[in-house]
Amino acid sequence: MVVTLEISAKEAVAEGVVALTLVHPAGARLPDWTPGSHIEVVLPDRTVRHYSLCGSRWDAYTYRVAVLREPYGRGGSALVHDTLRPGDRVGVGGPRNHFPLVPSETYLFIAGGIGITPLLPMVQQAELLGAEWQLLYGGRTRASMAFLEELTAAYGERVHIAPQDEVGLLDLGSWLGAPRLDTKVYCCGPAPLLTAVEAACAHWPAYTLRTERFTAAEQAAPVRDVPFEVELRRTGRVVTVTPDVSVLDAVRSVGVDVLSSCEQGTCGTCLTPVLEGSPDHRDSILADHERVANTCMFPCVSRSLDDRLVLDL
Amino acid sequence: MPGTAELPVCDIDVFSPAALEDPEELHRVLRGAGPVVYLSRYDVRALARHEEVHAALADWQHFESGSGVGLANFRHEEPWRPPSVLLEADPPRHDAPRRVLRDILAPSALRVLRAAWQRAAEELVEQVLTSGTGEFDAFTELACAFPLKVFPDAVGLGPYGRENLLPYGNVAFNSFGPVNDLVRADAHRVAELSAWVNAQCAREALTDDGFGARIWAAADRGDLTRAQAPLVVRSLLTAGVDTTVHGLAACLYAFATHPEQWQRLRERPELARVAFDEAVRWQSPVQTFFRTATTDVTIAGALVPEGTKILMFLGAANRDPDRWDDPDRFDLTRDPSGHVGFGMGIHQCVGQHVARLEAETLLTALAARVEHIELTATPGRHLNNTLRSWASLPVRVHRTR
Ligand code: HEM
Ligand code: FES
Repeated sequence: MVVTLEISAKEAVAEGVVALTLVHPAGARLPDWTPGSHIEVVLPDRTVRHYSLCGSRWDAYTYRVAVLREPYGRGGSALVHDTLRPGDRVGVGGPRNHFPLVPSETYLFIAGGIGITPLLPMVQQAELLGAEWQLLYGGRTRASMAFLEELTAAYGERVHIAPQDEVGLLDLGSWLGAPRLDTKVYCCGPAPLLTAVEAACAHWPAYTLRTERFTAAEQAAPVRDVPFEVELRRTGRVVTVTPDVSVLDAVRSVGVDVLSSCEQGTCGTCLTPVLEGSPDHRDSILADHERVANTCMFPCVSRSLDDRLVLDL
Repeated sequence: MPGTAELPVCDIDVFSPAALEDPEELHRVLRGAGPVVYLSRYDVRALARHEEVHAALADWQHFESGSGVGLANFRHEEPWRPPSVLLEADPPRHDAPRRVLRDILAPSALRVLRAAWQRAAEELVEQVLTSGTGEFDAFTELACAFPLKVFPDAVGLGPYGRENLLPYGNVAFNSFGPVNDLVRADAHRVAELSAWVNAQCAREALTDDGFGARIWAAADRGDLTRAQAPLVVRSLLTAGVDTTVHGLAACLYAFATHPEQWQRLRERPELARVAFDEAVRWQSPVQTFFRTATTDVTIAGALVPEGTKILMFLGAANRDPDRWDDPDRFDLTRDPSGHVGFGMGIHQCVGQHVARLEAETLLTALAARVEHIELTATPGRHLNNTLRSWASLPVRVHRTR
């Protein structure tokens, strides 16, 4: 499986925010995910950006992401806004989840601007679980805040909308003043908001605050769209992997068996040791530190950043 | 039943001793009857072809586990024990326990166990080979002995009462079927076995460095609730012992009856992983699981009404001739990838890497020391409503010189 998805819809959901709907070109199920997950999208300039999934996982056939046009022209968001169109295809990795919703009787969700995206499936989930929850949602202006109507229509008073031009900065002091043992706090948004929430929660018990930072994470090398070679050192063979086949299929085409199961980068069965080279990891399994170690990969979905990858096969 | 008129009907008791003893013929009948077959004895629909079983396993949105993955429908019937927070749970409740266990049992987390399990396998094989005449019961001496040696230690169980593990698993896997003689035979032991297992799930009963301790540590971090933690430990004790015992037995049986495949493994011991998965495909230690339709669902034109059960025959799917060439052959040159012996989708066996590591270490130790394995008598089957199980596997082995 080569993980390429097609943009089936693109719509403006707020000032400066577009939502993309992604589907499998052959209409297949997409890998399962949990609230807080993001996917990695390979943009037309071959750079990779992370976007939180904000649709419903009860729909196994579409992913939905929302993208803010970044003010200082960070490449990716302008490309999404100006270039990508329905019918275009993009490479996708993951989903991965560094921001999972843990069980709790009570949740306080705090969103700043586009940070609402991972929280959207979380509030849906909290509702399903019958938890007590509140959402505090700040943004520059009402018009810039995505999903406002959807949220207030579905959840009414649980949602507290705080546009900065109307009410100023979020009143974190009154929301987070007294620590509550039964509450988990989830926050996603710009760095200053996270820093403020972290400070306000400093006297809360450990592990109650969970955050996800939307940073301009240092970009890895651009993803390649040209063939690369995979050397199977034990077998003594070299195989060329073209953009339209997976490493797994390429390896099998020269008669080397690798056990697989899900072929979606989720089950872990096809784990293969890497001897040389840098994999372009697209799985849902490895943690960040395991990815950068470059000692193993999941060839059902992952590829190569270099001309040559050497596998212990 | 509504909507059964147009369905092929099968009135065989699929949980009868005859069917459990020799399921292959039943599987052929079910696969041949159609993509969906109505089982009149149990008033459920059954899937036996690879395509439909695979699709139903993946589709948790339409086929839920929370109403039980056995015949009993928890919407109307009281479960025999508090339901599993993994196997018998759906998203969103399934998410947190699954994530915690996935990380604890990930291949990278198991790396630290490999050397110790290799040593344990070598010691066990040496002991079996040197202590007798070369004739022994490979079911008890290897397939039971090895998992019971390494797995409870890895979980962090105390030394006493481990003999309860297999009987408890037998009860649990029988419970997914109907209340038949197999269930009744152990009814008097359920309370005592459950009490022992539940007691082992408490933090104080576990060592501080095993899977169990890591589950409790996750509860300390709030990734699980303290009420979930003992149930997650219980999942390991229920799902992690009998399955591997009968999986390893299936593998040893396969080699004892296919000497040319044993030679292939001896020449290329790195085939051990593939060999185990091929044995899991070929014998399907877990034969069946049920789901419940969350709404009216249509499979290959057949209606599965909301709230009714479907029975998925993993063992039949794993030998579907539309999916596998010469499916009844145990064959190391085959690529068994895509078998459903560990399930598929969000409930796919979270312990599969543990099972593979046990198999790989044991098979590698054997392949280095044993030239030839053969049966000395007909192996004995043990009947269980869900597990394709063994009672004995009498073999003679020839040691390498
Ligand atoms: C040959 C050995 C094994 C086989 C054939 C096997 C088979 C399976 C199957 C078919 C399922 C899917 C159930 C479903 O879809 O409803 C499953 C789930 C599960 N297995 Fe295994 N298993 C094996 C070994 C193990 C081991 C060693 C462990 C523990 C370390 C384990 C723990 C579990 C758990 C906890 C689940 C439930 C996962 C969930 O619902 O998310 N299994 N297994
Ligand atoms: S086959 Fe499941 S991760 Fe590659």
